[in-house]
Amino acid sequence: MNDMRAVERDVDTNDLKITARGVDVFYGDTHAIKDVDVDIVDNTVTAFIGPSGCGKSTFLRCLNRMNDTIDVARVEGSIMLDGEDIYDPKVDPVQLRAKVGMVFQKPNPFPKSIYDNVAYGPRIHGLAKDKAALDEIVEKSLRRAALWDEAKDRLDQPGTGLSGGQQQRLCIARAVATNPEVLLMDEPCSALDPIATAQIEELIDELRSRYSVVIVTHSMQQAARVSQKTAFFHLGELVEFGETGHIFTNPSDPRTESYITGRIG
Amino acid sequence: MPLLWILVIVLCLGVAGYVLGRQRAMASAGGDRRILHSLPSYYGANVSIFTIVPALLVLTIWLFVQPVVIERQVTSMITDTAIEDAGSRGLVMTDVRRVAEGLDVAIEQGALTSEEARNIRTEFTNVRSRLGEVGVALGSEVTPEVLDAAQRYRELNRIGNQMMTVVVLILAALGLGYAYARTHQEFRARNTVEYAILTILVLASTIAILTTVGIVLSMLFETFNFFQLYPAQDFFFGTEWAPTFESDASELGLLPLLWGTMYVSVIALLVAVPIGLFAAIYMAEYASARVRSIAKPLIEILAGIPTIVYGLFALITVGPLLRDYFAEPLGLGTSSSSVMTAGIVMGIMLIPFVSSLSDDIINAVPQSLRDGSFGLGATHSETVKQVILPAALPGIVGAVLLAASRAIGETMIVVLGAGAAARLDLNPFEAMTTVTVKIVGQLTGDTDFSSPEALVAFALGLTLFVITLGLNVMALYIVRRYREQYE
Repeated sequence: MNDMRAVERDVDTNDLKITARGVDVFYGDTHAIKDVDVDIVDNTVTAFIGPSGCGKSTFLRCLNRMNDTIDVARVEGSIMLDGEDIYDPKVDPVQLRAKVGMVFQKPNPFPKSIYDNVAYGPRIHGLAKDKAALDEIVEKSLRRAALWDEAKDRLDQPGTGLSGGQQQRLCIARAVATNPEVLLMDEPCSALDPIATAQIEELIDELRSRYSVVIVTHSMQQAARVSQKTAFFHLGELVEFGETGHIFTNPSDPRTESYITGRIG
Repeated sequence: MPLLWILVIVLCLGVAGYVLGRQRAMASAGGDRRILHSLPSYYGANVSIFTIVPALLVLTIWLFVQPVVIERQVTSMITDTAIEDAGSRGLVMTDVRRVAEGLDVAIEQGALTSEEARNIRTEFTNVRSRLGEVGVALGSEVTPEVLDAAQRYRELNRIGNQMMTVVVLILAALGLGYAYARTHQEFRARNTVEYAILTILVLASTIAILTTVGIVLSMLFETFNFFQLYPAQDFFFGTEWAPTFESDASELGLLPLLWGTMYVSVIALLVAVPIGLFAAIYMAEYASARVRSIAKPLIEILAGIPTIVYGLFALITVGPLLRDYFAEPLGLGTSSSSVMTAGIVMGIMLIPFVSSLSDDIINAVPQSLRDGSFGLGATHSETVKQVILPAALPGIVGAVLLAASRAIGETMIVVLGAGAAARLDLNPFEAMTTVTVKIVGQLTGDTDFSSPEALVAFALGLTLFVITLGLNVMALYIVRRYREQYE
């Protein structure tokens, strides 16, 4: 593990993008997240790590209210995006999700052409005045997702015909196209081979210059490679949160150390 | 020996074979079943199969072939003059069989001994009255020739039945002996039994396919007969439907009926597809689990209502309603039977077909696609419209075409709702009729199957079959062509 590189990596800004205070999540009677406080800094990659079922994906889905689509889920506490409570009744979850984009574990392109996949978000939010503007958004998004060169000659072909890694980059392009401020990634590489994974990781580092990125990962190496901040979850609790280099080299909680050294997980 | 006894004996032999085979296998292994190639019951089943199957196969074939052979033998005895007297060869043969049966019945009841029956002569006895006494009525006096033929018929049948009994029982015994002799610890009984099971399964599917082929062939032959009597171009392109059973002046044009069928089906689909599809979307996407568990069975009850009940609903309620509130005020007609009535009621009948299938298909769209769309800030209806429906489209098209097939084949609702007047008309409040109704019409009551007026039903049926077959092929093609692959 190249921990030294992680230590040297700086956080570019210190503007808080998301502040979560005292968040509890219940699935029916199950207490899935217990009193979690997290600060997500702008233009930073924040990694959530922890053993399976520790609640890291659940917490991620709180950040764009995707848990609303699950009937039995209940969220308590406050999550502020740019100082505004996203669980305030005045906030429309549909608009929130345009600002907080999401990339899922398994690539899930729509059964449409590559172009229509990327244009989906801009179309439903009315971001493009005309066809030319839409073309521009599609090209820009595909370039940001490092897919333009591979896809530019086959924009009218179905997105499901791409390879797994390309599909996942298409999903990233699709999320980027709505001009989000935060990108949530739920184990984006778990269904990909090592080469595709490396490409996505490189991409995540580039995306950091425009968005604040939150990534859930099972791979500690990946967290160490791509993130500046790391949060370690265990059994629904946030055990430790801090600089990635610090967490991996000098964890303050014994549970974090056990997980990193492979004793729990 | 009666057939039932043969069957019982063969089955008993089969059961005995099972027990014997099992014992012999166990004995050959010295009582240790682990040495056997197969489980002991497989050895038993193997002997059973060899005992029962060949015997019953021969029995079945014999039962089909024997009457044909005897018929041919006896027919050759009858002279041409006798045939001319009676009218046709078939009528003489009917008499022969009847006399033969009559003699058998007489023996059974004790009115004649078998000796007397064999020696009975028309010269000395009035056979007709003798048989009449035991309850077998004959249409005319029995001629010596018919009596001779009947005696020969009886004789051949007796010999045939005896031979059949002997052959079948010997075959069963041989099968038992053969399989029993082969039973040994190394014999692969399991494979034989597996093969027998495979044969049963293949037979079952073959019967289903052959039945379809048989239906099509019977329709084809009758249709061919029809076209011998009535010109094909007049049938396919005729615009008049006016069958008269008295003269040769019948007009049997397909077009008015086909028009009625299409018109009613289109209206039915215009009712069923939007309502069914929207209901399916609500059920699959919006309804809570509780609403769904109540509402879905309720919708599916519609599918369980017999179509004649829908027909009554059309006749009593919808028809008069449409006439009083739409057709008459608009000046479009005074008939309570109309294409509109039948179409709307048929549409209601089809709702569950569309909704139930579409519901399953929408549910099969992976949740990850919904998450992806929601994650981009799409609303629920945007997600349904732009992601879920396109993904589910091939299945929905299949559901609609299935509903269309049902609509085209529907009869009772049309009889009661749309009337029976064949007409080419655009007015939806006018009574019209469909192909299916006319098939029923042409074949009910006294029908002479050599007249074009009756045979036209088969041509109509075949036309319908071809249309629905075309729809099904199209549905399959669309589903294959546009299906998205999800893992």
